[in-house]
Amino acid sequence: MSDPRSPLWEVFVRPRSGLEHKHAGSVHATDARMALEHARDLYTRRGEGVSLWVVRSSDIVASDPAEADELFEPARDKIYRHPTFYEIPEEVKTL
Amino acid sequence: MYAQALDQPEGHRECASADGAALEARFLSRVASEQKVEPKDWMPERYRRTLIRQISQHAHSEIVGMLPEGNWITRAPSLKRKAILMAKVQDEGGHGAYLYAAAETLGAAREDLIEQLLSGAAKYSSIFNYPTPTWADVGAIGWLVDGAAIMNQIPLCRCSYGPYARAMVRICKEESFHQRQGFEIMLTLARGTPEQRRMAQEALNRWWWPSLMMFGPGDADSKHTADSVRWKIKRFTNDELRQKFVDFTVPQAQFLGLKVPDPELRLDEASGHYRFGAIDWAEFNEVLRGNGPCNRERLAARREAHESGRWVREAAAAYAEKQRARTSAAAA
Ligand SMILES: [Fe+2]
Ligand SMILES: [Fe+2]
Repeated sequence: MSDPRSPLWEVFVRPRSGLEHKHAGSVHATDARMALEHARDLYTRRGEGVSLWVVRSSDIVASDPAEADELFEPARDKIYRHPTFYEIPEEVKTL
Repeated sequence: MYAQALDQPEGHRECASADGAALEARFLSRVASEQKVEPKDWMPERYRRTLIRQISQHAHSEIVGMLPEGNWITRAPSLKRKAILMAKVQDEGGHGAYLYAAAETLGAAREDLIEQLLSGAAKYSSIFNYPTPTWADVGAIGWLVDGAAIMNQIPLCRCSYGPYARAMVRICKEESFHQRQGFEIMLTLARGTPEQRRMAQEALNRWWWPSLMMFGPGDADSKHTADSVRWKIKRFTNDELRQKFVDFTVPQAQFLGLKVPDPELRLDEASGHYRFGAIDWAEFNEVLRGNGPCNRERLAARREAHESGRWVREAAAAYAEKQRARTSAAAA
């Protein structure tokens, strides 16, 4: 007899307050509360977090790596967005 | 643990089209320049299948690996040792879960992978088919088996497949505690009564050779290292890792005042490496074929655990379905 398939959830952990949540991995769980509990047991056994997010994996909308070139192309030629683009005389300090 | 080099070679399939060949060439050049492969990136089918097989075997090994030590949780000699052992065994379960999750990013379903383990179709590391008759075996496993696992796993942290590499980073951080607690058990026994020293020596005698076998067949007999090396899944050969393990471990045994059960073991002054005797590959192959001392017991224990947990999985699914129905009825 085959098992019921449980949905997959992506887990995000905030390591300590002041830092953002970061993707840690995924867990299987039948509902959100179980997903949080599994995430705690799996990804914070050594105090790795002070806050957890869980999101149904199927709810994540991701960009297509095959289209990455086109998608990120607009940023490629705008080097003037970087401070190093500008030439400032050496005598000018704290700029 | 425990990506043992036990996966079998598969027939090579050529790329069907010129398009496929171009994609594969691009893939190889990206991997060659140490760029990571992520789940949605294009990858050769053989790369995907090799990884699913290796990662799932690795996951199965973590899960089955809970059994030999789990055997001692209720009989640990003190509350402290019991708490430590529970934490270690729980870590191994966690390692299995990280790895199943990594395999799932390649399109495998966890339920199918577990089914392959329970049916006996999938392999897991040979080492867990050996028994743990005394408390000293728990020490020897942590020291030697987790020690060998660390040797295997550290290079995998740089594996080309991102989710596998990241799971290995997490696992390696946890393994160090496993090895150290094992060594500490051995040290306590080695400094104990003559009876305790004898227990420690006998455990080393039992686990030494199976630990060397964990690195898989010798390079001359290792069939499909080439692809794994080219794909940057494997970075060192089985023999290289085994040698490193021996070089690290022999001085530790000497510190414990225990004798490595190998009459041919000697330090080669010129190279600085320990030379060791021939490994009994017939034994290794028998264990892999299912005829080790505990193969049947291990699979039976996994099947029983899976069956005993079935009602929990079914109840959780039914509960979630009921909640979902309620929510949608309230929204209507
Ligand atoms: Fe492990
Ligand atoms: Fe471990």
